[in-house]
Amino acid sequence: MTSPITESQAGLINEVPVGTGKPRGRSKDGDGRYDGDGGRVLNVFSHGFLILWAVLIVFPLLWITLSAFKNNAEIGGSAWSWPSHWSFGAFSRAWDKGIGHFFLNTVIVMVFSVPLTMLLGAMVAYVLARYEFPGNRFFYFLFVSGAMFPYFLALVPLFFMVRNLHMLNTYQGLILVYVAYSLPFTTFFMHSFFKTLPTAVHEAAVLDGASHTRTFFQIMVPMAKPGLLSVGIFNVLGQWNQYILPVTLMQQQSSTDKDHSMLAQGLVNLALQQGYSGDYPALFAGMVVAMLPVLVVYLSFQRQVQAGLTAGTLK
Amino acid sequence: MQHRKYPFIVGFLIVPLVLYITFVIWPYLQTFGYSLTNWTGESQSFKFVGFDNYTALFHDSVFRTALWHNILLLIFLPVITILLALFFAFMVNVGGREQAGGVQGVRGAGFYKIVYFFPQVLSVAILIVLFGAVYRSDSAGLLNGFLVKLHLEDANNPIEWLNDPNLVLWCLLLVQVWAGVGFYLVLFSAAMQSIPKDIYEAALLDGAGRSQTFFKVTLPLLWDSVQTSWVYISIFAMDFFALVSGLTPGTAFGGGPDHHSEVMATYLMRNFLAFGKSGYACAQGVIIMLVTLIVSAITLRVSRRDRIEF
Repeated sequence: MTSPITESQAGLINEVPVGTGKPRGRSKDGDGRYDGDGGRVLNVFSHGFLILWAVLIVFPLLWITLSAFKNNAEIGGSAWSWPSHWSFGAFSRAWDKGIGHFFLNTVIVMVFSVPLTMLLGAMVAYVLARYEFPGNRFFYFLFVSGAMFPYFLALVPLFFMVRNLHMLNTYQGLILVYVAYSLPFTTFFMHSFFKTLPTAVHEAAVLDGASHTRTFFQIMVPMAKPGLLSVGIFNVLGQWNQYILPVTLMQQQSSTDKDHSMLAQGLVNLALQQGYSGDYPALFAGMVVAMLPVLVVYLSFQRQVQAGLTAGTLK
Repeated sequence: MQHRKYPFIVGFLIVPLVLYITFVIWPYLQTFGYSLTNWTGESQSFKFVGFDNYTALFHDSVFRTALWHNILLLIFLPVITILLALFFAFMVNVGGREQAGGVQGVRGAGFYKIVYFFPQVLSVAILIVLFGAVYRSDSAGLLNGFLVKLHLEDANNPIEWLNDPNLVLWCLLLVQVWAGVGFYLVLFSAAMQSIPKDIYEAALLDGAGRSQTFFKVTLPLLWDSVQTSWVYISIFAMDFFALVSGLTPGTAFGGGPDHHSEVMATYLMRNFLAFGKSGYACAQGVIIMLVTLIVSAITLRVSRRDRIEF
């Protein structure tokens, strides 16, 4: 199945020169303006493919959102059925099945984990970026190296570490783990950000007698706001979407233990239970509920989101 | 400046450092130690077994299958994602009509970037629910429904995408491609836009066409980003835990039918949480890390070129 796809994709790439080869020849006898005609061909061609991929992205999402308003028979009958009557019943059922609860759990964890990540990450980054001391490089690489290894390497001992601290299936356990695993990227990004800030303001503050701590909180943090915003959004999305850590650490320890599932984890559990209970509209409604906050954050901050996420890979 | 500098540094570093070492560095190190024991996880008694876990792993046919699947993903996921992303980045940035100023981006470039990037911010849980419905094995699934509509398949005999041993892994691969292309499109676009305009103008004055400009000017200047992307996608290719465990049949973290979509991560979790073989699972974690490091090292070395400064 892949080989035709790779070939056809390679073919697409190869077609680019074919499409432009002709007009290039023509442009030579023209009046110096390049291929007006060929540009149009390429323009139509590129719009065609761009629209096709945009449809491939948007259509499934709209389709499944529509499905949340169908009933089970309509969903099972045909992919092209239309909801017979519009109601938000599936959404309230999804909420009752625990989506609301999982939503709340995730919000509780993130209200603490994201600010704590930002605070600690900025502190580390600031000290490492702005102060010379023996071992500075060592600590920098220690913090940044954590971003290089897959979570799976730590998973088994991490589980027992959290268990020994009696923090399995607790909010505080997950908050601390989220913070620890978000530190490498936060430190890395904020480190380069603090490096770029001018030193003059900092020196002036010190000369005026501000303590190091005060300089940090009252001078440097406000100056670093754009960077903090980018990394903050990155961490919000990353922790909101985190899956493997809650699956490992937030399982009910006994039947009396409260279900503290995160939203992503709870949603997958609901999906896996579909074989038994089979309420597809509620599942799809739950998915829409999980997607909406991300959509809102993304659309409101899309410039920072794109900048923040891509900055992570461009070292 | 020196005044009370060290207490401040220690004060700022100590809490994050303790947290980070407790939950990240120490577990990483422990994994190596435990991988040399027959630890079950429940009891605290275990004994040192040397490299037995590693020898056992390479005689474990399920693990070898899983490793092979990860290698397939390591090859195809970056190739497909990067080619598509480059293609779209090219279309978005130079596909537009030419004006007096030279080659332009297409109209609506910003819109395309917003749409294409969106799947990247979706939780893998959402991808699981969405593609569970898209790949549904009867004609009510989106993909089958589409094929039936086009009369490419019989409504009574639809393709069971995720139950077909030959298709399941590729179906999962396409989910990741779907989700990932936009991210690399944005990454490559940013890199393309950072290339100074006068380079293009010089190329155009010398009579280079768009394709020549792309292959001779843009691509070499993008090489660093392509390389970084390759490493980054490889890390994703080593994972696939959530997609496999959420979408494929099989008890305890999927991997079916009959291990045809098994990856190392799902087998690790099954050994750890379902079979209680913690030491064995740790050895798998070490192998996952080694493969990741080897792939990154190869990518960075093989693709090394002279850096072009501009």
